[in-house]
Amino acid sequence: MPIWNYILKRILQGSLIVLIMSFISFFLIRLSPVDPLAELRMNPSITKQTLEEEKIRLGLDKPVLVQYFIWGKNFVRGNMGTTVSGERVSAKIKERALNTILLSLNVIFWTWIIGIPLGIIAALNYRSAFDRILTVLSSIGMAIPSFFFAILLLIFAQKTGWFPIGGLTSPNFSSFDTAHKFLDIAHHLFLPTLVLTTISLAGLSRQMRSNLLDVLDSDYVKFAKAKGLSPFKVVVKHALRNAINPLVTLLGFEFAALLSGAALTEYVFQYPGLGRLILEAVMKSDINLVMASLVIGSFMLILGNILADILLKLTDPRVRL
Amino acid sequence: MASFFKQFFKDKFATASLCILLALYIAIFFANFIAVYPKDFSNRNLSYAPPSNVYFITLEGKLSRPYTYNYIRKFDKDSLRMYFVQDRSQKYYLTLFSDGFEYKFLGLFKTKKHLLGVQNGGELFLLGCDINGRDNFSRLLYGGQVSLTIGFLALFISFPIGLVYGGIAGYFGGMVDSVMMRFAEAVMSIPSFYLLIILAAILPSGMTSSQRFMLITVILALIGWAGFSRVVRGMVLSIKTRDFVQAARSIGASRARIILKHILPQTSSYVIIAITLSVPSYILAESGLSFLGLGIQQPDASWGNMLKEAQEFANIMYRPWLLTPGFLIFVAVLSFNLMGDTIRDILDPKSQIR
Repeated sequence: MPIWNYILKRILQGSLIVLIMSFISFFLIRLSPVDPLAELRMNPSITKQTLEEEKIRLGLDKPVLVQYFIWGKNFVRGNMGTTVSGERVSAKIKERALNTILLSLNVIFWTWIIGIPLGIIAALNYRSAFDRILTVLSSIGMAIPSFFFAILLLIFAQKTGWFPIGGLTSPNFSSFDTAHKFLDIAHHLFLPTLVLTTISLAGLSRQMRSNLLDVLDSDYVKFAKAKGLSPFKVVVKHALRNAINPLVTLLGFEFAALLSGAALTEYVFQYPGLGRLILEAVMKSDINLVMASLVIGSFMLILGNILADILLKLTDPRVRL
Repeated sequence: MASFFKQFFKDKFATASLCILLALYIAIFFANFIAVYPKDFSNRNLSYAPPSNVYFITLEGKLSRPYTYNYIRKFDKDSLRMYFVQDRSQKYYLTLFSDGFEYKFLGLFKTKKHLLGVQNGGELFLLGCDINGRDNFSRLLYGGQVSLTIGFLALFISFPIGLVYGGIAGYFGGMVDSVMMRFAEAVMSIPSFYLLIILAAILPSGMTSSQRFMLITVILALIGWAGFSRVVRGMVLSIKTRDFVQAARSIGASRARIILKHILPQTSSYVIIAITLSVPSYILAESGLSFLGLGIQQPDASWGNMLKEAQEFANIMYRPWLLTPGFLIFVAVLSFNLMGDTIRDILDPKSQIR
């Protein structure tokens, strides 16, 4: 089963990268002049006992390298310490990471649903008015800063009152029934999704267009046309699959870009995601939270890339990685 | 080379983008000359003053030299709101090449001449004022000096690092390559904006603004090199098997010489393309960082931190002129992208990076 070998290889590679990455982030933060316990000491509601526990957990009296291993061991066991306000980091991270994944998957879904057909239509009507308009629009989509676009949409939401501003759920969320809950979340997700989708849509439709153009130019497509196959069949049966394949790799990159891009959008929309969490943590110099969200964010990114690679391997047997 | 420019100028979008960028860069280069107010100008009584209206036709309907009125701040006791009314009693004519605040022209000699001014006692806020009563138009110019140059400066740090790093990894291959690439991948796997936020946040406070500018530049550079080095490595892997590299090796050229003099120059067209296409991402990163308050700090201007004021609802609803930095970022990024696309199409028609 070569596919299993491949998956195993990718997972091993991925774990190595996670290891190096956590090493980099740990030293980055530990070498900064910020005292990891300063904020905890300032908080009167944190007991002396918790403080002592934190000291032991972080191993602050030991050399930095040992500290790293202590931290790593605890991290793997799910003990990520407490936040400045006394909550458990792991619980907070879990909630926020899930929210960010929800947003990202939502964005990727809509990007593909809209972007692929747009790219196909543009490629099939190469140099037509539609193609030109799409090129211009995608340039605009790529250039607009996410936070600026988000602000403009906020004005829109404020003026029309059509969309809720901030958060993921309404205040009276728990009193809704299931269908209502779903609608409420969808309603809140709409604007952040719109911002991020617009931005990644531009890249994807462009890539799809140029891939399909390349494929349409290849010999086997010319042959399929020459033997009298209908243009519809040529595109659907021969060209499309080969044009979409390279995009699967992009999926991993897209996820990476989303994690970064989402931070600013989450901030503007007050969306409770990982990006905003890390921002708040940084502003409050909440070291435990910063470390954990950095590592979890990177972990998600690596995982996304591995999944995309495996998917590519499954859809395209020619690929040797 | 001549054909490059011929092809470039044949593209209307690229030519227009080049003109816009030239205009922007000329404007920030002569910022002191074009600006109406100096960097440290601030008048609390003019907080959020709207843009000055410039009139060409007098109230009697006659054509006139352009003139403007000053604003007077009023307070409405019922709605508890500040508002501005024009003081119609006194006209102030706009002046060209008149004397304003003193500055050093291009850092060479002192002068008081300005492109645009207003008669003594008059106030001219082409794009309104911000919360501190600072002239938005002048600050856009000063802010552009930061926002439009920081990307280039960061490139000058990150590209050489990426080139040499990728060059060494690709040339030596094997174990060296594996170790170096795993490290680069680890750096790449940290979501870049998270890393950016954290690096900016651990900067010690109490730095001078120029120190902060330098450090932000370095931080931006630290983000971009890894991805770039991976592509360079891939190219070097294929270039090093070519005959001219073998030839250089056989005449006894040192490894450093082969990498720097023979292999890396072969990647130049990719490098040019990557540079034009990555300037906008640096501009966006800087403005995003400053927007969050982690980049360039007040009172220094950058387009990102000017846009920070647009986070407040009242501002975006009633003071739309505060959104102008956002439009400028957009225009600059769009121009760089369009120009980069065209350069790529010319230099590398079969390119995979679209």
